[in-house]
Amino acid sequence: MTGSPGVPPERGLAPWDGTVARRAFLKTSGLFVLAFYGGRRIGLGHPASGSRESLTEDTALYPEVDFRQLDSWLVVREDDTATFYVGKTDGGQGTGTAIRQMMCDELDIPFDRTSLVMGRTDLTVDQGGSGGSDAIERDAVVARRVAAEARRVLLELASDRLDVPVAELTASEGSVYVTGDPSRRVTYGQLVGGRRFDVVLTGSNVNATTGVADIKPVQELRLVGQSIPRYDIPAKVDGTLEWAVDVRLPGMVHARNVRPPVAGARLVSIDNSSVRDLPGFVRVVSEGNYVAVVCEREEQAIEAAERLDVRWESPESAPFPSSEDLFAYMRAAEPVSRTRTQGSRTVPLEQVEGDPGAALAAAATVVEAEYDYPFQGHTAIGPAHALADPSDGQMTVYTNDMKPYSHRTGIAEFLGMPPEEVRVLWMEGPQLYGRTAADDAGFEAAYLARTLGRPVRVQWMRHEETAWDTKGPAFAFALRGGLDEQGNLVALDYAARVANYAHVGYNEPDTVLIGQLMGRRPSRPSAGGAQPPSDMYAIPNRRWETLTVRLPLAFETPLRTGNLRDPNGPQVTFAAESFIDELATAANADPVEFRLRLLRASREDDEAFRRARSIAVVEAAAETYGWDPRPSPNPARGGEILTGRGMAYAYRARTAVALVAEVEVHRDTGRVWVKRMTCAHDCGLVINPDGLESTIQGNLLHGLSRALYEEVRFDTEKVTSVDWRTHPTLTHDDVPERIDVAFVNGDPDPDRPDLPHYGAGEPSHKPVAAAVANAIYDATGVRIRRVPLRAERVLAALQAAGA
Amino acid sequence: MSEVTLSVNGVTHTLDVDPSTPLLYVLRNDLGLRGPRFGCGLGQCGTCTVLMEGRAIRSCMRPVSRVQGEITTLEGLSADGPLHPVQQAWIDEQVPQCGYCQNGQILTAVALLDANPSPTDDELRQAMNPVLCRCMTYYRIQAAVRRAARAMAGDPEVER
Repeated sequence: MTGSPGVPPERGLAPWDGTVARRAFLKTSGLFVLAFYGGRRIGLGHPASGSRESLTEDTALYPEVDFRQLDSWLVVREDDTATFYVGKTDGGQGTGTAIRQMMCDELDIPFDRTSLVMGRTDLTVDQGGSGGSDAIERDAVVARRVAAEARRVLLELASDRLDVPVAELTASEGSVYVTGDPSRRVTYGQLVGGRRFDVVLTGSNVNATTGVADIKPVQELRLVGQSIPRYDIPAKVDGTLEWAVDVRLPGMVHARNVRPPVAGARLVSIDNSSVRDLPGFVRVVSEGNYVAVVCEREEQAIEAAERLDVRWESPESAPFPSSEDLFAYMRAAEPVSRTRTQGSRTVPLEQVEGDPGAALAAAATVVEAEYDYPFQGHTAIGPAHALADPSDGQMTVYTNDMKPYSHRTGIAEFLGMPPEEVRVLWMEGPQLYGRTAADDAGFEAAYLARTLGRPVRVQWMRHEETAWDTKGPAFAFALRGGLDEQGNLVALDYAARVANYAHVGYNEPDTVLIGQLMGRRPSRPSAGGAQPPSDMYAIPNRRWETLTVRLPLAFETPLRTGNLRDPNGPQVTFAAESFIDELATAANADPVEFRLRLLRASREDDEAFRRARSIAVVEAAAETYGWDPRPSPNPARGGEILTGRGMAYAYRARTAVALVAEVEVHRDTGRVWVKRMTCAHDCGLVINPDGLESTIQGNLLHGLSRALYEEVRFDTEKVTSVDWRTHPTLTHDDVPERIDVAFVNGDPDPDRPDLPHYGAGEPSHKPVAAAVANAIYDATGVRIRRVPLRAERVLAALQAAGA
Repeated sequence: MSEVTLSVNGVTHTLDVDPSTPLLYVLRNDLGLRGPRFGCGLGQCGTCTVLMEGRAIRSCMRPVSRVQGEITTLEGLSADGPLHPVQQAWIDEQVPQCGYCQNGQILTAVALLDANPSPTDDELRQAMNPVLCRCMTYYRIQAAVRRAARAMAGDPEVER
């Protein structure tokens, strides 16, 4: 249950995979074999670069793991098992299982004879942790390459051992045998078990890491494409898994934060006598406006934080408008900037194709609409937490932060410690969909641990998580579209305003909440991304503009913005794809047919064939659903339950997605039930079909929760949505009767041996709100242009329209 | 502090804790159990669920002084070896993503199927509705509950 300070829990690995043994292994000289490949010396066993010296001679406590050493990525044991090490984290979408499948395929070893270690800064190379849905698209390619290189080296070793040329050998199931004479065989364990490969890899950065071996063509992959069960599930189901939230260390104490009651409030004084006599009380810690209480037991810390008597001074002016007034405020505000610098010129913050002004003026029909999308939070099911152990002058942080590497360097900088004395151990935890408060909690735990000189565990309370975690930014949109006499879309003007003035990055000492409360400020606020809608529509005249507006309080605010799953995607796609449906209605066209016409209007494609693959997913979604072409709204509207269907489409990076939602709208209450969802998804080569389907189902329902329920509400002082009653989320009762996922391969050469595997962690999140709003319009004839689509808003809209 | 006696997963423990301490912290921090987890402390999410005499209760809201009868946690479902059919169904349907809430989902499903071995879809939704999941694995949870119900009824058609 508990480990000794500085020694991590073993997580079910063989003992020598633990930190000490693993690092000793990396430092131990092993084989010295020289190998030649295609006339090139590839440095097998030879200390060809300084990087190896740094591995073997480094005296630092927690040196970075060298990505140019094959031994950093995998080990083979004498018992013919292998362990892979990747610098990624898995939030439960099965990226770990998928990466392991791919590495097993490249290495030719059975899946059940391998294990995978992820996201430990002292054991795994820095691949940045999670983010951007890039685990399968980018990092897994590196994982494939290093496993392929290991296989190549094993074949070379077997060639020496069996005295047979490599060309006459076959690698299979963890051993190498003479092709045609399987009795002449040597296992991987016999070849290299317990010893180093000592192979130097090349690559200017970790993403370019490679040996000299090629990865296999798709047709030779055996495990890829199979629904191998996720290795992490059994221990999550029987209660044996040790999570970051579970780690207990001797001498550990518990902390709880005390937040300002009003955004921007200044700490005046703390009356320690209010808690000093409580049982288990250890200390009140405060610096600037950061306050925490530390006690021996967890429930004592919770009570002490509630009881602590703190005097705060409210700011002189309101930190933000109320959530009721937010969108009027955003539309009236002067943008932070209307221009940007391009070389020596100052240009407007817009992209223009053709002449949208003239085309709109000449259009036969002009459609205009405004859309609003509120702030939304991560609101993890388990509030942010971390445990920090400062023993022996080092710092070990146990966290579920999805980016352990920047967590390590950020905490080191925050505490003024050398990064080599800090390590971060990623462990399982509640969902990690972007810049969560796990960043903040880890900094807090480390700061408190160093202050107290003993291990400190901190966890946020529910009200803290829901009010103070980072927010996906609010958007206000204005769109105008022009149709010609034939109903063709000839001009589209997209203008967005986003409340994203001081976007919080990952693990930055000057933007992490404790840093802000202590008075740290970035030298320049960083605006968040301003991606326009992602579609492949051919529209001859088009303008995109995204302007940033700021709320009065930029720092120490619960409305600090950061990446939330598919940052900006659900917002932007809600407006863009709702508006495409409005244009289809104005053109009296079927919404699917209208989209396909826009996609087919061009013949141009790109390196990822996004246009062709967009057409493929829109067609596949309509076909899988059984779409009956007609304009919206549904002409058959009667009775108490109105039914309709809507489509939305988008791509994210190189993955294309189309979604059909079918809704029932209860006329008497305004309740919306999404009865069916049909998603067509093209992310290239599918690694694990069931894992991918699970990821897409989660994306769709998380998107549905954001579409139907989620909104950060606030008055002019504080966030007022602070728990699951004031901040509702999707529940069991909302779940669709049926969710269909169609995997599409729209590549023009679908069987090519180098078919890429693109990302899937976020793309299908994008179209949900728009598809549901379009379905509500189809059902009711009423267009709702504001998220969330809660019953009271829908009912009010129906009543206002007399529908 | 005072002495409190608890029977958890078939083992009796005598502990020296404040009787107002919520059961959750005793289970986690004194008994070292990992199944029940803190989610809200308000009885709103179900993450901290345990069974008390077979009934699903919220351990974050229950003072140890008001615990009456045997407590079963997620670990206790399969303590003596084989997985509970509900746990097995969770694996067969590959339910969890992050998994943080699944303790509450599984134990609520166990309590449901004990009381109502063949719930209708509507009964299933209503019984499970108070347990939240932010990875939104609800669709698979419901499939797993239906699968477990069939398995517990001895349906030979349930695929493994």
